[in-house]
Amino acid sequence: MVRELVHRYAGSERPAVDHLSFRVRSGEVVGMLGPNGAGKTTTLHAVLGLLQPTSGAVEVLGFCPIRHRLKVLPRLSFASADVDLPSNLSVTECLNVFIGLYGVRDAGRFLEKLMEQFGLVKLRRQLVGTLSAGEQMRLKLVKALLNSPELLILDEPTRSLDPYMASKVRELLQEIRRERQMTVLYTSHNMQEVESFCDRILFLHQGKLLVEGTTREVLTRLQSRSLEELFIRVATSGELFHVS
Amino acid sequence: MFPEASSLRRIRAIFFRYLILHRRSLVRLFEVFFWPVMDLLIWGFVALYIQKAANGPIIQFIVFLVGAMISWDIHYRSQQALTLSLMEEVWTRNVTNILLSPLRLWEWITAVFLYGLIKVTVVTCVLSCIAYFLYAFEIIRIGWIFLPLAALLLFFGWAIGLFTGGLLLRFGYAAEALIWGIPFLIQPFSCVFYPVDVLPAWAQAVSRCLPTTYIFEGLRASLRGQSLSLSMWPAIFGLTLFYFLLGILFFVWIFRRARMQGRLGRLAQD
Repeated sequence: MVRELVHRYAGSERPAVDHLSFRVRSGEVVGMLGPNGAGKTTTLHAVLGLLQPTSGAVEVLGFCPIRHRLKVLPRLSFASADVDLPSNLSVTECLNVFIGLYGVRDAGRFLEKLMEQFGLVKLRRQLVGTLSAGEQMRLKLVKALLNSPELLILDEPTRSLDPYMASKVRELLQEIRRERQMTVLYTSHNMQEVESFCDRILFLHQGKLLVEGTTREVLTRLQSRSLEELFIRVATSGELFHVS
Repeated sequence: MFPEASSLRRIRAIFFRYLILHRRSLVRLFEVFFWPVMDLLIWGFVALYIQKAANGPIIQFIVFLVGAMISWDIHYRSQQALTLSLMEEVWTRNVTNILLSPLRLWEWITAVFLYGLIKVTVVTCVLSCIAYFLYAFEIIRIGWIFLPLAALLLFFGWAIGLFTGGLLLRFGYAAEALIWGIPFLIQPFSCVFYPVDVLPAWAQAVSRCLPTTYIFEGLRASLRGQSLSLSMWPAIFGLTLFYFLLGILFFVWIFRRARMQGRLGRLAQD
């Protein structure tokens, strides 16, 4: 839950996030959309406890992610196109480091299943740095699922992938979502992906929540034919809609 | 209180994360030994040459120089081990994954300290062997006192490492030059290769604020067969502890500030 979140970076004229409030319910998949500079990454960082907001409150799984970091972090996970895994370790070594960090017990069979599911079995001895972008993203997802998180935060997981690989990753995410019923907070610039994957959308613009709801609700309220059209309208005109 | 089992598991995981890099990469293994060995060779032979040219009066010169070089390397390597481990996470853009794992800050620092300890121990052993075969320098000539003094050098190295690590958190890649340079800023005032009275008065005042000055005085005294004055021990321990605690406080303060300013999540992108 995010309540009246404000964050202003030093030297910046306007806040990156401006009185943002929203709630993500258990088991829900929520997509966070918005043009560059809308405040998505800042919001995610506040949710992850990487950032102390200027004001407002963030509660994750019932706790403040900064003050009760150790109650929150074992139960959540994160994967992002911008955050890499150590390129100089092999796939197995890398995953073993995170198994140790998350204290996953009897990880052998579970890890084997995940690696199989994500098609990484044959790559286990390969150095992470030599994997393709798609393989690296799959590895990041395996790492993110190692601790069986209740909340999974994905920051543009398909950004640097070709359409085939992006669709494979989407399929895998759908499968996992069905299998585990976990809560997912998701950012992407791919509108079709958001439409097909998310139960609900938070549309951010200039640090504020422009609108939230299911895709249909959002499109009806903002009188748009598609999310893509809406996105382009917001990004090009910089228009701030008044949503009733 | 003894750390809980989960803490030990996390410390072990991150410790092996750094150690394993040397197993895989010959270049990294080479780098660990290359600079200290090169220093030892160059300055060792220079000292031999001066000793021969002087023909007698500075017969102890090589002993002092080689002893000082090996000891300085303990301080330098421990600082580097800590800072470079943090740099490693920034370079590989893995730092966010580490920060978002349940690893506590003290567990991370402990793992990096252990990694530094292993690195320093191995390098010191290798240098001592080379010094023995090339210059007939026996590290055991320093006596038992070498162990506590080496431990204090290690701690002071960690203190400086925490400081340079903090600079990395604050300034990102821009701090790289400082990270490499700060140990060399300390070196002339630490009186590693010469006694403190060689320095001008103002520099002596600076050098008396550094534990390394007393440590190297102690090492030289020991090599001369004298014992370290008892009155020096409180200064050595006190100053080392002071800088070590200051290093921890500085690192934690910078870490918290970085979180406040939203820099933690952007460390690898600066």
